[in-house]
Amino acid sequence: MIPSGFEYHRPTDIASALNLLQTHGDEARVIAGGHSLIPMMKLRMADLDHLIDLQGIAELRGIEIGDGTIALGAMVTQSELIDSDALANAAPILREAALQIADPQVRYVGTIGGNVANGDPGNDMPGLMQCLNARFELQGPNGTRQVAARDFYEAAYFTARSDEEILTRIVIPVPAAGTGYAYEKQKRKIGDYATAAAAVLVGLEGGQITEAAVAMTNLSDTPVYSAAAGAALVGTSGDDAARATAVAAALGDIDPSEDMRGPVEFKKHVAGVIIRRAIDRAIERAA
Amino acid sequence: MNDLTPTAEERAANLKGMGSSRKRVEDVRFTQGKGNYVDDIKLPDMLFGDFVRTPYAHAKVISVNKDAALALPGVIAVLTAEDLAPLGLHWMPTLAGDKQMVLADGKVLFQGQEVAFVVAEDRYIAADAVELVEVEYEELPVVVDPFKALEPDAPVLREDLRDNMEGAHGPRKHNNHIFTWEQGDKDATEAVLAEADVVAEEMVYYHRCHPCPLETCGSVASMDAVTGKLTLWGTFQAPHAVRTVASLISGIAEHNIRVISPDIGGGFGNKVGVYPGYVCSIVASIVTGKPVKWVEDRMDNLMSTAFARDYWMQGKIAATKEGRITGLWCHTTADHGGFDACADPTKFPAGFMNICTGSYDIPVAYLAVDGVYTNKAPGGVAYRCSFRVTEAAYFIERMIEVLSIKLNMDAAELRRINFIKADQFPYNSALGWEYDSGDYHTAWDKALAAVDYPGLRTEQAQRLEDFKAGKTRKLMGIGLTHFTEIVGAGPVKNCDILGLGMFDSCEIRIHPTGSAIARLGTISQGQGHATTFAQILASEIGLPADDITIEEGDTDTAPYGLGTYGSRSTPVAGAATAMAGRKIRAKAQMIAAYLLEVHDDDVEFDVDRFAVKGAPERFKTMKDIAFAAYNQAIPGLEPGLEAVSYYDPPNMTYPFGAYVCVIDVDVDTGEVDIRRFYALDDCGTRINPMIIEGQVHGGLTEALAIAMGQEISYDDMGNHKTATLMDFFMPTAWETPHYETDHTTTPSPHHPIGAKGVGESPNVGGVPCFSNAVHDAFRGFGLTQTHMPHDHWRVWKTANDLGLHG
Amino acid sequence: MAKMHVKMTVNGKAVEALAEPRTLLIHLLREDLNITGPHIGCETSHCGACTIDMDGKSVKSCTVFVGQADGADITTVEGLVNDDGSLGVIQEQFREHHGLQCGFCTPGMITRAHRLLQENPTPTESEVRMGMSGNLCRCTGYQNIVKAIMASADTLNAQKEAAE
Repeated sequence: MIPSGFEYHRPTDIASALNLLQTHGDEARVIAGGHSLIPMMKLRMADLDHLIDLQGIAELRGIEIGDGTIALGAMVTQSELIDSDALANAAPILREAALQIADPQVRYVGTIGGNVANGDPGNDMPGLMQCLNARFELQGPNGTRQVAARDFYEAAYFTARSDEEILTRIVIPVPAAGTGYAYEKQKRKIGDYATAAAAVLVGLEGGQITEAAVAMTNLSDTPVYSAAAGAALVGTSGDDAARATAVAAALGDIDPSEDMRGPVEFKKHVAGVIIRRAIDRAIERAA
Repeated sequence: MNDLTPTAEERAANLKGMGSSRKRVEDVRFTQGKGNYVDDIKLPDMLFGDFVRTPYAHAKVISVNKDAALALPGVIAVLTAEDLAPLGLHWMPTLAGDKQMVLADGKVLFQGQEVAFVVAEDRYIAADAVELVEVEYEELPVVVDPFKALEPDAPVLREDLRDNMEGAHGPRKHNNHIFTWEQGDKDATEAVLAEADVVAEEMVYYHRCHPCPLETCGSVASMDAVTGKLTLWGTFQAPHAVRTVASLISGIAEHNIRVISPDIGGGFGNKVGVYPGYVCSIVASIVTGKPVKWVEDRMDNLMSTAFARDYWMQGKIAATKEGRITGLWCHTTADHGGFDACADPTKFPAGFMNICTGSYDIPVAYLAVDGVYTNKAPGGVAYRCSFRVTEAAYFIERMIEVLSIKLNMDAAELRRINFIKADQFPYNSALGWEYDSGDYHTAWDKALAAVDYPGLRTEQAQRLEDFKAGKTRKLMGIGLTHFTEIVGAGPVKNCDILGLGMFDSCEIRIHPTGSAIARLGTISQGQGHATTFAQILASEIGLPADDITIEEGDTDTAPYGLGTYGSRSTPVAGAATAMAGRKIRAKAQMIAAYLLEVHDDDVEFDVDRFAVKGAPERFKTMKDIAFAAYNQAIPGLEPGLEAVSYYDPPNMTYPFGAYVCVIDVDVDTGEVDIRRFYALDDCGTRINPMIIEGQVHGGLTEALAIAMGQEISYDDMGNHKTATLMDFFMPTAWETPHYETDHTTTPSPHHPIGAKGVGESPNVGGVPCFSNAVHDAFRGFGLTQTHMPHDHWRVWKTANDLGLHG
Repeated sequence: MAKMHVKMTVNGKAVEALAEPRTLLIHLLREDLNITGPHIGCETSHCGACTIDMDGKSVKSCTVFVGQADGADITTVEGLVNDDGSLGVIQEQFREHHGLQCGFCTPGMITRAHRLLQENPTPTESEVRMGMSGNLCRCTGYQNIVKAIMASADTLNAQKEAAE
C-alpha cells in the first residue's frame, strides 16, 4: 500500500521536464493522471527516485480540431474527451471508447497520454489510436518527432519512446464524414480491463467499403492493428462472407494469454465475437 | 392537548416500535463521515505494526534476519515466533479446537502467512521495514487439492500434529485429515438408496470465496503499564469472546482487559475469529509500552484472513418415480487450508451442514464430512451463512434440480410435493434438527404467482426453439430456490464457542426522566442494532425508541454475549431484549399500581402506560413511572428501574424463503444478464421492514458476487490468484440488478417476539437461485452440473462442451 | 526522504502540511488533518471508499500524491454538511432511504453522488448506476443508494426551482 520514497517535481514547461528526465535518467519517471503508475508504486512494482508531475505544463492540455486533424494534448483527460461535443462530432468513436474505460473517478484523472504511453496491453486507447491511424508526438533532448501509433508498441511495457522523451501530443486524422465506427468491449465488470475489445472504422461509398481499419485490445502483449482484417473488407459490399473473412484475419493476428478472465481458447472465441459485433455496428453506422 | 386525545394506534406509532420503518440513528454520524472505525483511532505515541509474509505456500523457514530492518530509523521492534514463544503466544487456539501459528514457527503453510511483525513509528516506515527483513526459505512440495492431500504419499503439512491421530473432534485418518463428522442413519439411508425407483447422484462443489468486508481487519492495543490494564480496540464481531480468549492466552486477568468494538465496516463473518495481527499488536504494546495499531491491506485480508466455503459435496438423492424423495446421502470433503480456523460452535466441526435436508420432508438421511488440511489460508468462516448453511442449502437445492432432471419433472412441482407441510411443525428432520415453524407451500405459491411461473416456462420453451432454429444466441434460465436456514445459535446445551455458551444478553436502565439505555452482548457491523433493538424495547416497555440509547461492543459495560454473526442477534439478543423489557414492565406494573393505589393485578399495560382495568382515564405513563422509581419509597420494591436478561434460546430459529430468478445467457460470450430477481423471505415477526429489505438487497448482492464470479483461487504452487479487487469479483451498482422483495410472516413459536432473523437468508437462498438459473438455461441441452462461479469463461465453456458453438 | 510543503483548501479551510512526497493524499487527510470521513478499502484503486471532490472532479484520494494535490480545492463528505450543522440534501436522503448500513463506503458514495448530480441534475436510474460504478458497497446491494440519489436529485431540483 505504501510506495517507496522519491522527490517530487512539478515543472511548468516541457523543456524543464525533459531536463529533469535527462538529469536523473532511469531513476525518473513522468506522471500524468497517475492511475496506472501510482497503483504500481503502491505495490512496489515500480521504483523511482524522481517523479515528474506533468500537470503544470499548459502546453500539454487542450483539444484542437482543424484542417482535418485532431490534436490532443497528452494531459487531456478521458472525462474531457467525453465532454467535448466538437470531438464527438469529429470522431465519435473516441467518446464511445472513453466511456468504456475504467470508472467515473478514474476517467476524471486518467489522461489519453498516460493511457497510450506506458505500453500496458490492457489499456484501450492504444488499439483505438491504431485504428484511427494516429501519430504520437514525442519531444526529447534531440527535438521532436512523430511515431505512428501502428509502429509504437513493441512488447508489453516496451514502446518506441526512449526514456528521455515525453509523449506530448496525439495527432489524429479526422475520419471522413459518414465513417461508420464502433468500439466494442467485453469485460467482467465496470472498471476491468477488456476480456476482448475491438475498434473498427468503416467508410462506405456506393454500397462498397472504401476504407476499413480494425484494431484489438488486450488480446496480445501489445495492441493489434490487423491490416489483413481491414483489407478483407475493403472493396467488398461488407456482406457476411467479407465480415467472416475479416474476423478470421483479425484472429490470425492476435495472441491472447490465459489469465483470470479465462483460458486462451475462450479469449480467441470471444475475440471473434467482439470483432464481428464491432464490424457489424460500424457498417450499420456507415452512411 | 391532553394525553387522552391520541388513539392507541397513534401512541404506538409515536413510539416507533416493532414494525416501524424507523430511520436509523446511526446514519446521522455515518453520512457526515463521523463514524469511529478502528483506523480512525489515534492515541498519543501510537506505533504501527505490519507483517512480513511468505511468498511460498509451503516452506521451511530457515532464518529470519532482522538487522537491516532494525537499523532503519523509526523501527522499534521486529517480532518473530522466537520472541513470542516465551510468552506461549507463537501459537494460539482456533475456534475449531485446532491451533494456529501466530508467526511462522519453523515453517509456513500458505502464501501470505505471517512470518514477522514489524513495529515502527508510522505505517510508512513499517512498510519500508517489512521490505528489509530477510527471510530464507526452503520450499516444500505444495498440496492445494484436498483429495490429493489425503493420498497416502501426500506431503505432511502439520508437522506439529504428525502421527498424532487423536484430533479435536475424534480420530484422524491421515496426517492431513482433521475430522470426520457424521449425522443421520448411514445403514438406513444406504438401504433406501439401494432399493429406490430413482437415484440421482452429483458432485456439488461450493467454491472457496471470502467475505471481503469493505473495511479490512485491524486492532489497536494499548497496555497501560501503570494500571496493568490492556485496552484492545478491534474489528471484532464477538468482543467478549475475544476478551476471554485474550485473557486465556496472555495470562492477563480478564478484569484487566477491556475490549472495544467501535464502528465496524462490515463483518459478514470475516471478523469473528482471532487473527495473528490482534495478538501481535497486544504483544507489541506490552513490549514497547506504547499503543500499537495494526490495520491490514486488502491483499492481506484476501490472502490470510478466514475464507469461506470450499466444500466438495457428493450427493445421492433417492425418490419414487412419482417424485417423492425417500432418502438423501451426502459425503463432503471440507478444505480448511493450513489450520482449521473455522468459527463454528464447538460440537459442530462442520457447522450446521446437517440442515442439508432443506425444506423437504426426507424420512431418512446420512451426512459425513471429512475435514482436510491444504496449503491455503486457514478457515473457513460463516460468510453471511450461519455455519455452513449456505453450503447445505446450495447442496440440497442443486440435488433437487438434478433429481428433477432425472425424473423429467418440473423442478417447482418436485419441490412442492416434497415440502414439509405447515401442520408438520415443529418438524424433526432426519439429521437431527427440530424446525420451529414454517409454511412453505404458501410462500412457494405466492412466489410462483408473483413471477407468473407458467408464463416464464412458456417463454423459455419458445426461446429454446428459437435458439435451435438459429434465431437467437441467448438462452433463458429460470432459477428456483426454496431454502430453509437455521440461525440464532444457540441453546447452551449444544452450542458453545470455546466453551462459552451461546446465550446472549440485554441490560436496561431507565432514567428518571423517562429515557433509557440498553446494552447488549452483540455488536452491529451495519445491521442497525442501535435502531432496531430500541424498537423492540419501545414496544415492550412503552417508551419512544427515540428515547432509548442502545450500546454494544465495550466489554467493560456491555453484558456478556457471544456477538453478532450467523443471524443470531435478533433470535438471541433480541429475545433477551424482550425478556429484559418484560422484567422492566413487571416492575413498572407494581409501581403503577402503587401510584394508582390499586392492586398489582388491577392495572393493565396499554402501549405506553398502565391504566386501571375498567377505568382507563386513571393511568400512569411510563414516563411517570420512571420518575416514580427514583422518587417514591415503595414498600417491597427497591428504588430504580433496571433489568438484565441472559437468554438461553430453547432452539435455533428457521427462517425460510422462496426466490425466483430469470436470466438471459449469451452463449457466445458467456455473459449472463439478470433480468429479474424476486425474493420472498419469511423471517417471522418483522421488526423494521426498511432494514429487512436492506439486508435482503445486500445479501442478494453478495450472493450474486459469489455465484457469478467471486472466487479465492490458487494455482498448483499455492499462489493466490485473486488477491486484489481486480480479480476478486465485487459487483458495482452497474452489474447489480434491481430486486423485488416480498414476504410472508410465520412467527417462531418459541421466540418471545416471534422473530427469526434475516441477515443471512438472502445469501443462503441467493446463491442457489442464481446458480440454478444458469443451470436451467442449459437444461434443454442436457446439463446437470457445472461448478460455480458462473463467470463468463465458465459459462462459455459449458456452452462449448454442450456443442453450442457449432 | 525530505518532506515537502503543501497547501490546499479542504472543506473551505486553507490548510498547510509538511509531508514526504510519497504521502498519499488519503493519508494526509486522515492522519495529518484528522479528516477521517474518506476511508481505505483497498490498495489497488478499485473500491472508491476514499473518493473526494478535488477541483470539481471525483477523485480517488488513495491514488494521488500530496504534491499533485498542492494548490487543490478539496471537499470531503464532512464538507457537505450545512453551516448550521444539519445534514446536506444528499446526506439526508441517504438516511431517508436507508442508503447505508455499515457506513464505510458512505463518505465516498455521498461525495461522488454530490459531483454526479452536478454533472447531471436529472439522471435516470441507469445513469445513476453507471455514474456510481466507481464506488463499491458490500452491505446495501446499491438499490437504496440509487433511490437516495434519485430522491436527492428531485429535492435539489425542487429547491433550485423554488429559488428561481
